[in-house]
Amino acid sequence: MQVIQEDNSTFQDDFKQAKKRLKKQQKQLLFRRIMRNRGIVIGGSTMIFLSLFALFGPLIVSYDPYEMIVTDRLKAPGGDYLLGTDNFGRDLLTRMAYGARVSLSVGLSVALLSCLLGMIIGLLASYFRSLDNILMRICDGLMAIPGVLLAIALVAALGPKKENVIIALTIVFIPNVARVVRSAAIVVREETYIEAIRAQGAKTWRIIVLHIAPNTVAPLVVQASFIFADAIITEAALSFLGAGIPAPDPSWGNILHDGKVVIFTAWWMTVFPGILIVLSVLGLNLLGDGIRDYIDPHTTK
Amino acid sequence: MKTYFLKRILSLIPVLFVVSIVIFLIIHITPGDPAAMLLGEEATDEDIHQLRVQMGLDEPLVVQYFHWITEAVQGDLGTSYFMKEPVMVSILSHLAPTISVAIMAGIISLLISIPIGILAATKRGTNTDRTVMGFSLIGMSVPSFLLGLFLILLFGVKLQWLPVAGYRPITAGLFEHIKYLILPSIALGSMHAALIARMTRSSLLEVLNMNYIKTARSKGVGEFLLIMRHTLRNAFLPILTVIGQTFGSLIAGAVVTETIFNIPGIGQLIINSVERRDYAVIQGVVLFVTFTYVLINLLVDLLYGVVDPRVRLSKK
Repeated sequence: MQVIQEDNSTFQDDFKQAKKRLKKQQKQLLFRRIMRNRGIVIGGSTMIFLSLFALFGPLIVSYDPYEMIVTDRLKAPGGDYLLGTDNFGRDLLTRMAYGARVSLSVGLSVALLSCLLGMIIGLLASYFRSLDNILMRICDGLMAIPGVLLAIALVAALGPKKENVIIALTIVFIPNVARVVRSAAIVVREETYIEAIRAQGAKTWRIIVLHIAPNTVAPLVVQASFIFADAIITEAALSFLGAGIPAPDPSWGNILHDGKVVIFTAWWMTVFPGILIVLSVLGLNLLGDGIRDYIDPHTTK
Repeated sequence: MKTYFLKRILSLIPVLFVVSIVIFLIIHITPGDPAAMLLGEEATDEDIHQLRVQMGLDEPLVVQYFHWITEAVQGDLGTSYFMKEPVMVSILSHLAPTISVAIMAGIISLLISIPIGILAATKRGTNTDRTVMGFSLIGMSVPSFLLGLFLILLFGVKLQWLPVAGYRPITAGLFEHIKYLILPSIALGSMHAALIARMTRSSLLEVLNMNYIKTARSKGVGEFLLIMRHTLRNAFLPILTVIGQTFGSLIAGAVVTETIFNIPGIGQLIINSVERRDYAVIQGVVLFVTFTYVLINLLVDLLYGVVDPRVRLSKK
């Protein structure tokens, strides 16, 4: 009896160790799979770099983003000002760093808000057939209005403020999310295990929140990164047109707006913030593609 | 065929209804009184009240919507407060440049994207393919207004081959007209070109894997004929979808692009109206562009039925 118990305990120890090893291997495998995914690596590191720039850039730069030194207007890059100054004598690098905070935070807020609200709408539409028709027709209507125009009109009505830009862009992007979530949720709704849970008497909200919603997260994450990119573009376009973040606040679009007037003399005001916009959009698109490939390897090739 | 057309047209009614409500409500989400905003801080209460009555703001919301929509359906989008002329007149007088830019951008993007997409598909996996795909990824990541600015820098400052701002109507001569449109159209069309090139490539690849293509190859059909006659035709439906969707958005995109190149189109109209808080014009332009956009998408959808009989049969 004693012998058998001993054997059993060593067996259990072995089993535990094997389990640990397996978990470690799985973790390594997961890590390697992520590292092999070029989109996630390149896009992700671009976004980490830009986030660090937004977080710590303003702390490092030695100028004030609003201070106008009239004698130092339109200084070319190099010398005292690494990337030159703008037409009001403000340091460009400083404004780009503070602008990164504005542009990226607008993009991130829009991505998060529209995903949250779009998810709620998509889940409701997928589960309640009576709501489905109404909600989806509203989404169709909103999506029929070109995004930039709707955003311009909404900001014009609400007033040019950072918060209002976020609200306007969120309204523009909610229908996209709602559709993605709805179509993912409809597939799950028909699964047998949902029927089983329902037969057990689970409450409706419990089914939706605990059993349907988690299955929509994967496509939602992909969508979120694309919306993040789109929101950055649209905010920059709005601010460039003078219908977004109000001047003197720095945002990448605002710097471009100021730079447009002096584009023939001060190329740096257009090129540097432009590169930041392209980098962030490229990074987010790569990241989104990468996550999509990671979740569903069948979509590639 | 007829039922498909009819169904498709009827499906637009709820969409346009929602669109009209959203656009109508835009003016009413303004914090405070739109009439007071229009008149500025120095206006007396009496002035504001008078303007409210004039704009119909004193009536219930439903009545206001009903008035607005019945007039809009008849082509009356209200009167511009700033320009003192019907909104429709302002839009029509600004329309030609926008349409020119959109059409030109459409043409340029098609001329670039489809040959490039075919090239990438036929040379799949080679460096040519990778280069094309790489460029198209960059093309999709550079927003049109930014590309426009870069083009102005390149052509205006360095090369000085093409005019970087302004617009010449077609009456000034076709050559002049096109010369001024080239840069804005490239800026506007690049993103669409990138999308269409990708779609052309993937759609062609799908068809190239089919058995009947193998049959045609083994019969000895030449590579050129194989692509042109057997593959492209069957691969065209998804390509057409993207072309249709993007052409609609070209009109909206032109609104932004033309502002960069100082082209006096409806983009400039709406931006100026934002500064003037001329809500009737903003609403009118958004409604007009959306309507055009929806209409173009409808036409493209109807075209499917003509190009591909499978569509009209399955959608019956």
